[in-house]
Amino acid sequence: MHDPAIRETPLVGFLTLLRKEVLRFQKVGFQTVLAPVLNAVLFMLIFSHVLDRHVTVYGDIGYTSFLVPGLIMMSVLQNAFANSSSSLIQSKITGNIIFVLLPPLSYREFFAAYVIAAVLRGLLVGLGVWLVALPFVELPMAHPLWVLGFAVLGGAILGTLGVVAGIWADKFDQLAAFQNFLIMPLTMLSGVFYSIHSLPEVWQQVSHFNPFFFMIDGFRYGFFGQSDTSPWLSFAVVAACLLLLSALTLAMLARGYKLRA
Amino acid sequence: MSEVAIRISGVCKRYGSLQALDHVDLEVRRGEFFGLLGPNGAGKTTLISSLSGLVRPDAGTLEVMGHDVVTDYRNARRNLGVVPQELVFDPFFSVRELLRIQSGYFGIRRNDAWIDEILEGLNLTAKANQNMRALSGGMKRRVLVAQALVHRPPVIVLDEPTAGVDVELRQGLWHFVRKLNTDGHTIVLTTHYLEEAQELCGRIAMLKGGRIVALDTTANLLRRFASHSLKVRVERPEVAVALGGTLTNDERVEFDFGGFDDVEPLLARLRAAEAGVTGLEIGEPDLERVFLEVINRA
Repeated sequence: MHDPAIRETPLVGFLTLLRKEVLRFQKVGFQTVLAPVLNAVLFMLIFSHVLDRHVTVYGDIGYTSFLVPGLIMMSVLQNAFANSSSSLIQSKITGNIIFVLLPPLSYREFFAAYVIAAVLRGLLVGLGVWLVALPFVELPMAHPLWVLGFAVLGGAILGTLGVVAGIWADKFDQLAAFQNFLIMPLTMLSGVFYSIHSLPEVWQQVSHFNPFFFMIDGFRYGFFGQSDTSPWLSFAVVAACLLLLSALTLAMLARGYKLRA
Repeated sequence: MSEVAIRISGVCKRYGSLQALDHVDLEVRRGEFFGLLGPNGAGKTTLISSLSGLVRPDAGTLEVMGHDVVTDYRNARRNLGVVPQELVFDPFFSVRELLRIQSGYFGIRRNDAWIDEILEGLNLTAKANQNMRALSGGMKRRVLVAQALVHRPPVIVLDEPTAGVDVELRQGLWHFVRKLNTDGHTIVLTTHYLEEAQELCGRIAMLKGGRIVALDTTANLLRRFASHSLKVRVERPEVAVALGGTLTNDERVEFDFGGFDDVEPLLARLRAAEAGVTGLEIGEPDLERVFLEVINRA
């Protein structure tokens, strides 16, 4: 019988779902953490070998130094997206999402657990890329709080997009389309590999419509104290994007879209 | 305190042109072992999913132990354990990890004493630290039962729990579920094995096309719908068939009859027709006959 002696502690449900999501990516750490770190390091080695002696940015900053924060942030964003989206679509396709839907978890707890786990994986991969890059490149960190703030906000935005994609997609093919035709181009064209000041005027303007540009630019400001645009503007854009996207996603979850028929 | 464990009032659910549930009203009392039967597509799983919050009905209300499944969903879900029909599992975890996680979802920490008890009751102790992927289908099915019980719900719904389970496992499962019922848990069972439902369930509802077409105690259903049968082995089956019998697969002829007073006149008619009776057996009414009669009539 339902035993009142069993202590049901508030927040335990949410914390358990968060812990489960973290354990899930930890258990396949080679695939979820080490492989993305290796990917980013390969990018760094190849691009720095080709361009480091030819390009400087913001006056005297070498290209490899400029590149590394972009690669770190790109890794944070892509892995935050991958975590929530792949976890949800796997659970949906195998049917074990039911174990999360039957307990008394609210849609807000559901949202928070998936997004925070996504941010944690993004930060872990980003930290890995930073640590591996340190011996190869001189990388100052002028404003650590800006670095952390943009990493968390950017990871949260992509974790939220991952929740949307994971719930929307009915098969892996659809998820891959979301990733390859939306996330990847927006990331690649956000200034990871270049400063937008090196672009023609029109493309500079176009870049300002890409929220990923503000995530990367603000994050890079944390390292160099210099950026293509004001860090406060970047912060405002990124925070507004997160709030808007979170509100839309919470509304979607409250309706039970594709989760509760 | 209300004696009703589950209250379903006027529940409707439509998927496109399919009316999956059509104004379903049902009450299951506390401590009952209740059967929900029906052909495929009758609406059993939709009804269970509505009860557990997986499906949102278009109209009507559902309560578990007095808690509305929409407006008071936290308490409703705390009082309900569902064993799903599909054999689903999380491949990342061992049995024990999974049960700890499931306990945590219900807000329960340090639940190992009860988890050990469930594992013991379901003969899963030896598999506790094995990954779910390493378990056989029957073992995975038992883990599903264990997951439904981690929070000690007073109401347990088993949606075709013995599909694809071998006889030994099935009997072990029923022994365990019977014990839960004896301990006071309300059990709702859907199954296609009608002999199981007849043996276990005190009351039964039959669904067809999203509507309840029969609802009564098992004993009353058997009394109301199914007649006894007299199976005779005869030297001249064609004569017995001409008297209204049906030839069975084992070369006997079967006659339905309502009361035992009908047996003697029937035998007299067979004797008079010189059918040559060499053996006879009286068959008890069974739920399969009731089910077919009710579903075909509805």
